[in-house]
Amino acid sequence: MSSTTPSQTTAADTLTVRVNGREVVVPRTMPEAVSGKAVPTTMIQACEAAGVTVPHYCYHPKLPVAGNCRMCLVEFGTPALGPDRQPLLNPDGSPVIRQSPRPAIACATPVSPGMEIYTDTDGVHAMRRAVMEFLLINHPLDCPICDQAGECKLQEYALDHGQAASGFDEVKVHKPKTVDLGPRILLDAERCILCSRCIRFTRDIARDDALGIINRGSYNTIAAYPGRQFDNNYTLNTADLCPVGALTSKDFRFRMRVWFLKESKSLCAGCGTGCNLLVGSRENRIHRFTPRQNDAVNSCWMCDEGRLNYRWVGRGDRLKSPLNRRSGATEWGTVLDETADLLRNASRGSVAVIGSARATCEELFLLKKLCQHLGARSDCVPREGEADGLLVSDDRNPNSHGARLTGVCFTEIGINLPYLANDIEAGKIRTLLVLGEDLTKPELELPTDLLGRLENLIVGDILPNPTVDQAHIVLPGCAHLEKRGTFINVNGRVQRFFKAVEPPGQAMPETGWLGGLLERLTGEAPARSAEALFNQLAEATPALKGLTWAALGDQGVTVEV
Amino acid sequence: MAEEHRLITKQFREAGYTPDLDCYLRHGGYDTLRRALRVTPEQLRNEVGVSGLRGRGGAGFSCGLKWSLVDRRSGKPIYLVCNADESEPGTFKDRQIIHLDPHQLIEGMILACYANDVHLAFIYIRGEFAEGARILNLALTEARAKGFLGKGILGGTYDLDIHVHRGAGAYICGEETGLLESLEGKRPYPRVKPPYYPAVLGLYQCPTIVNNVETLCAVKHVLAMGGTEYAKLGRPNNTGTRLVCLSGHVQQPGYFEIEVGAVTFRDLIFDPAFGGGLREDRTLKAIIPGGASAKVFRADEKVTLGGPGLEGAGPKRKVDVLDLPYDFTTLTAAGSMSGSGGIIVLDDSTDIVAALANLSEFFAHESCGQCTPCREGSLWMAKILRRLGSGQGRAGDADQLLHIADNIPGGRTICAFGEACSWPVQSFVGKFKAEFETKEAGV
Repeated sequence: MSSTTPSQTTAADTLTVRVNGREVVVPRTMPEAVSGKAVPTTMIQACEAAGVTVPHYCYHPKLPVAGNCRMCLVEFGTPALGPDRQPLLNPDGSPVIRQSPRPAIACATPVSPGMEIYTDTDGVHAMRRAVMEFLLINHPLDCPICDQAGECKLQEYALDHGQAASGFDEVKVHKPKTVDLGPRILLDAERCILCSRCIRFTRDIARDDALGIINRGSYNTIAAYPGRQFDNNYTLNTADLCPVGALTSKDFRFRMRVWFLKESKSLCAGCGTGCNLLVGSRENRIHRFTPRQNDAVNSCWMCDEGRLNYRWVGRGDRLKSPLNRRSGATEWGTVLDETADLLRNASRGSVAVIGSARATCEELFLLKKLCQHLGARSDCVPREGEADGLLVSDDRNPNSHGARLTGVCFTEIGINLPYLANDIEAGKIRTLLVLGEDLTKPELELPTDLLGRLENLIVGDILPNPTVDQAHIVLPGCAHLEKRGTFINVNGRVQRFFKAVEPPGQAMPETGWLGGLLERLTGEAPARSAEALFNQLAEATPALKGLTWAALGDQGVTVEV
Repeated sequence: MAEEHRLITKQFREAGYTPDLDCYLRHGGYDTLRRALRVTPEQLRNEVGVSGLRGRGGAGFSCGLKWSLVDRRSGKPIYLVCNADESEPGTFKDRQIIHLDPHQLIEGMILACYANDVHLAFIYIRGEFAEGARILNLALTEARAKGFLGKGILGGTYDLDIHVHRGAGAYICGEETGLLESLEGKRPYPRVKPPYYPAVLGLYQCPTIVNNVETLCAVKHVLAMGGTEYAKLGRPNNTGTRLVCLSGHVQQPGYFEIEVGAVTFRDLIFDPAFGGGLREDRTLKAIIPGGASAKVFRADEKVTLGGPGLEGAGPKRKVDVLDLPYDFTTLTAAGSMSGSGGIIVLDDSTDIVAALANLSEFFAHESCGQCTPCREGSLWMAKILRRLGSGQGRAGDADQLLHIADNIPGGRTICAFGEACSWPVQSFVGKFKAEFETKEAGV
């Protein structure tokens, strides 16, 4: 516990250390993972800044430090001080470095000016080898039947830092397997390396102190507190955090080997937060969502509800074919021709459009163009819930700002719906185009049989529902996982997403058929690609001025909304 | 002729001495407190600094230095915790103090609290000491009733209260940061240092002093005698008196108070004033000098002392283990430690493999399991020793034990338990290797 030595080299808010001989300047303090409070920069952060990865299990940049796995032990030295508390110098003027006789864990040890960190010495390698041996002696070593294989830190580090043979020749400790921790998480306690990431996550991030360790020593076992279920809306993050195969998702386990999964960058469309995610798919089938880090949005997490919201994408009853119930046409060309005729012949003021704040900015941009061309009034459908103070927003539409900025709806989504309903009842509106919403849902409190009063009901959607059933014309679209586009989240973060899987049958991205209709009505073909459409939208929208699809990057850009 | 030097235990064996307040007052109890409250806390801290008092819990850390590290500018309250989680095998001194003279501890605590501006203190007592907890609670009630505790102690302006907290039966709760976690109601996982040094971020993240029972009693005597006088006892850097707990194969096991460094192992084991010798027809085989975790000495071992760089100083010389003076620095220089003062004497009837198996079983049972090397290594060693002891030895077991024990200590673990569980293995196997190798054949 020496007093801090004064910085010899740099400004007050940075300091210089050496990592394996390479000089690196780091901030003196960094924000603490959970509280955001400034705390001294640690060795592992300095190594990261120097481009040196220190192997670790329990450390996670978004969790409080635990320091228990001991995998990140490093050797280090600090400048030696003379009796006058001034640094001692070598003949060449460089500071004399006093090697610490004891190693330190890089995850928890603060750096100090002039410190030298060594991650590549024989001593460090020996310590890692020892930790690997200790971790593996009671581990089942049955990777071929473990669901974590392929994304297991124990496997990876065993290869990088372990040894082929072990002197362990005793009976292993046996612990409970297939323990039901809660509705979505299973525990295999024998695979667990007790890094406590899951405990820290649920206590400090999900704010549900549901997990703990029972027993003692080598018999330590993760458990939910007696009489409690591990059932908050964030439990599946622990399966991501678990560096080994101890915690697995009941939804995903044993469904697909992870190395077969294609990973596509996408977003969750479950609410206005827009958590970034990776879609894991194989042969056109989605197998899981995992959160994709975006510190401006969701850090490394997502809620269980959003994560499991993918099964419907592959449902057998998806709308696969366009249909004009009156003509019987089921070809895109014919159906769009007939739809365009119908709109062209409608008298001005008799057409209205109800869009969706689950549609992409690009779709809403084209929808607005269509409204303008037809002189149609429009709105979208609000979707509200309770915010949880973590990631789930009270706005359950993923793109409410997109709906507002494109002008498809006004400040308050849904404010126009009663007026539009009145005009339908009064017979003023006789043709209605609905994009991706079921207007018969009771919470919308629209008059029953409202749709029956329409002369023409044109519906673009992806799954059957009562509105689709009543439609004269059905235009099958795509889940956002089957197309590209942008959403703007509740905080004005403009984020793009990419296609993970192909749509079923003839279903096509909504920008495709909206563009087809506009071309038929105006004689001018709008851009087809999401890139071009977004760039045009940005050009035309003050709030998005200067933005381009390319500039959004994978993390998005926040705009004033 | 060696003899005891009784400060703390002065009245313990006196006929009619009882643990109640009246008896303590009749023997001059709380006089030191009355006098100390007239001087400033700084002066008291200074006396303790001058006394050279080292902690009696096991690590032998300077008490004055520990107090000087307390963050007094944080604006947070400062807590004092008395570590009465005496659990080191072979150690039974704090229990004697608690049972026989609880007010001495309480007076020491009040003095230490006053010296450090502490207004709330705790006695963390091991769960098994149910009777001790009862005695302490009774004593605290007496002290409160007589105005030694509570608001305005002895009519002055100083306020203090002390609470007893019983552990639930875990050795690791004696590790000071594990103790603090337990006191906070959590699983007693020792804290990572840095940053959680108790002096800065202790109980409830406030500056905290954790002192052993005996240390706090010694504080009373330091302040009664004055630091300079106290420092005249013992030798430089090894001042005062301390309690040693003699157990194992001696005629008179028990606790004794010695002037630090004034007696040797030979005195402690053979002198009639102490152990009184071995059992008949037995010869000495080994000595565990400072609680189960201290490295063992062979009885026939010659220890190199002195020379440049070695604490204890003097010219470089070979010393018979039995002639080592019992103090902090000498035993450290001799490659072990005086630790908690628990001396376990093993004669030639001892099966050294079984003895180590017994110790290792204890450590495997008590490892909290927080960090990898100790969690996995302690049980691994115990399993090998269990095998060796039951005739299931295999070639290479002794070397395997050393391999494991070498990979646990030296800063690789969060707390000193890593050392505690591996030092016995390193020393037993290292110094009695032939006995382990014999068992490898499966005898």
